[in-house]
Amino acid sequence: MSSAWDVTFAVRPPRAVFVNFPLNHETGKANEPALQRAILLDALRAFETLWQPGQMLTLPYVWDRDDRTWEDVDYGPQATGYGVGTSVQGGFAERTLGRAAGRPDTHLPRSHGGHSQ
Amino acid sequence: MPIAYIQRTRERYAAYPPYHWTLNHDSPWTPLPKPIKDCRVALLSSGGLYLPDQPRFEDNDASYRRIPRDTDIDTLRVYHHAYRDDDVDRDPNCVFPLDRLRELVAAGVIGELADFALSFLTLYSARRELAERVPKLLAELKAMAVDAALLVPV
Repeated sequence: MSSAWDVTFAVRPPRAVFVNFPLNHETGKANEPALQRAILLDALRAFETLWQPGQMLTLPYVWDRDDRTWEDVDYGPQATGYGVGTSVQGGFAERTLGRAAGRPDTHLPRSHGGHSQ
Repeated sequence: MPIAYIQRTRERYAAYPPYHWTLNHDSPWTPLPKPIKDCRVALLSSGGLYLPDQPRFEDNDASYRRIPRDTDIDTLRVYHHAYRDDDVDRDPNCVFPLDRLRELVAAGVIGELADFALSFLTLYSARRELAERVPKLLAELKAMAVDAALLVPV
């Protein structure tokens, strides 16, 4: 499952699907199970339909039809670092996953109007 | 258009020698042995997720963790270097879709899940990955008699 087309193309796995989403969302958006399910269904179907080693199938999902500012965030010239919320991560860190209340908003632009296809 | 990450990171880290991205000119190939609805599927993730009773990952860590297929993913911890984990924190399914895969097993889309998902942390050295971790991951997959492996690089 890839969200980095050029990196995956170079690796050339036997089969690959690509979703043009920000990094760290390879199997969908947080708390959108229908979208996650759609991506996985396409990926599992690709096991059966891809027929040549090295093929990479691009899935049609769009992160946000109206807002492409996410494209500038990952490793872009303005980016300063990553971490939980807006904190810059200075190296390894441990976090407990969970639906903790009161998390600061991500600095990643949020999509508007739900997921799109 | 997909983001050109290789070019972008080369520019961002222009002061350093360029990173040697893995470049393969061909791929191994095993035809899918049976329809995916009859297959045992294993999830592999490089997101650094692990259970609270397992040791956490370390810098340059070639180890991996076995995450049982019935795990409540809200109990997972993540230990990693420099990826944006706030959405993973809100909903681990965006990189570790164990809930969704279980639902797909129940719906008959996949035959079953392997007993364990395999979780590890990115190693920047491809040489060490191949020498130190890949043989162990392969042994795990063979021991679980997996038909298909779903890899999610994070």
